[in-house]
Amino acid sequence: MAGVDKEHRSHEMGMHTEQLAGRTQQVFFSPEEDENFTYPGAFEVDYNKRAELDVADMDARAVNLKIRDLMREGHGSIVIKNPGAKHSLGVGILNRLNLRFEGSLGYFGCGLIDGPNVTVTGRVGWSFAENMMAGTVVVEKNAGSTFGAAIRGGDLVCRGDVGSRTGIDQKGGTIIVGGRTGAFSGFMMQRGRMVVLGNAGINLGDSMYDGTIYVGGEIDSLGVDAVDGEMTDLDVQWLTAKLKLYDLEAPRGVENLRKIVAGKQLWNYDNLEPTEKKLIL
Amino acid sequence: MAKGKEIDKYLTSEGLDSDREKEIGQHIGYRYDVNLVPDYDRLPPFLKKYMEIMGWDDLNWLEDVHMGYEEGRPAVFDRNINGWVSVPEDMKLPDNQQDRDMIARELLIKFQMSKRHPMVDLNGAYRKF
Repeated sequence: MAGVDKEHRSHEMGMHTEQLAGRTQQVFFSPEEDENFTYPGAFEVDYNKRAELDVADMDARAVNLKIRDLMREGHGSIVIKNPGAKHSLGVGILNRLNLRFEGSLGYFGCGLIDGPNVTVTGRVGWSFAENMMAGTVVVEKNAGSTFGAAIRGGDLVCRGDVGSRTGIDQKGGTIIVGGRTGAFSGFMMQRGRMVVLGNAGINLGDSMYDGTIYVGGEIDSLGVDAVDGEMTDLDVQWLTAKLKLYDLEAPRGVENLRKIVAGKQLWNYDNLEPTEKKLIL
Repeated sequence: MAKGKEIDKYLTSEGLDSDREKEIGQHIGYRYDVNLVPDYDRLPPFLKKYMEIMGWDDLNWLEDVHMGYEEGRPAVFDRNINGWVSVPEDMKLPDNQQDRDMIARELLIKFQMSKRHPMVDLNGAYRKF
């Protein structure tokens, strides 16, 4: 591509007459905005107001509606007993809340949450905390595959081992694995941070677009376009503080974590593509 | 953001660096460092209070919020409307990315939690239970 200048090929083809502007919405911040800290319509809850719920004989929908009712009544701390590995428990909570599951959850637990602080004392199944937006979630034992699929924000922690494709399509947030993670972890990751204190399976970070993966153990193999990155002082500072929050330690020290980033060799597409397709068709 | 990089580069120029970008006439990828982790020594009081109310010890999801650019203006991406929200033209911004990111976080929280956020109308129209 040497010698490319303003008179380049795309100009000659007339492509620049049709710029695609993306999703511009002309929305502006207001400097006079009130200081609110929760979403409009969120329930006013008190962390000191506590409720316990035995869900052994309830189905998932009934449990989720009951959690909502308790928040509406102002309960800020809710303990769920006997969850019995039911699927889809604790989903869609868009509120500040302390939520504790005493036992294990099935598939798609705590998905689509935005704000709560959740603890699960047992294990969790596939796609736990998928599409999580904000909050903290700690799983005390092991987790299944696609842990934190498409997570967009918040801290998602598993103290044990997790299955394959951890953080697939991760778009933000932090995933921390205290033990090992399976194959294709960080697959198509777009941004955010993943910290694996144990070993990682094959094809780590395959086709990652951006984001950062830190690994404390051995990596079986890196995926396409995943490359080693340079650890900075800011990385070390951030990792030290983050791991301390969850009483976790890197096996050989934070400084010796291996940092994996995107090689950015797959950054080929652009927003002129639709125009180029029109020319061909 | 790499050290020594001109912070207003994307406000004052086309910012086309690579041959590929020059060829297609447009920038590829993000216009800010999405991997930059926050410097907690620069935390403003508003964000400290937000963390306290939510029961978090750090910025949580706000760690991924940065001051970016849209159409030559400083702007912040709001994931809840899948679009950019622009910073008012008369607002003066600091000369470093870390402080700009803190302002971006504060502006975004205030906007998302306000009643003029588009999600309020969507919630009223489509909420099922």
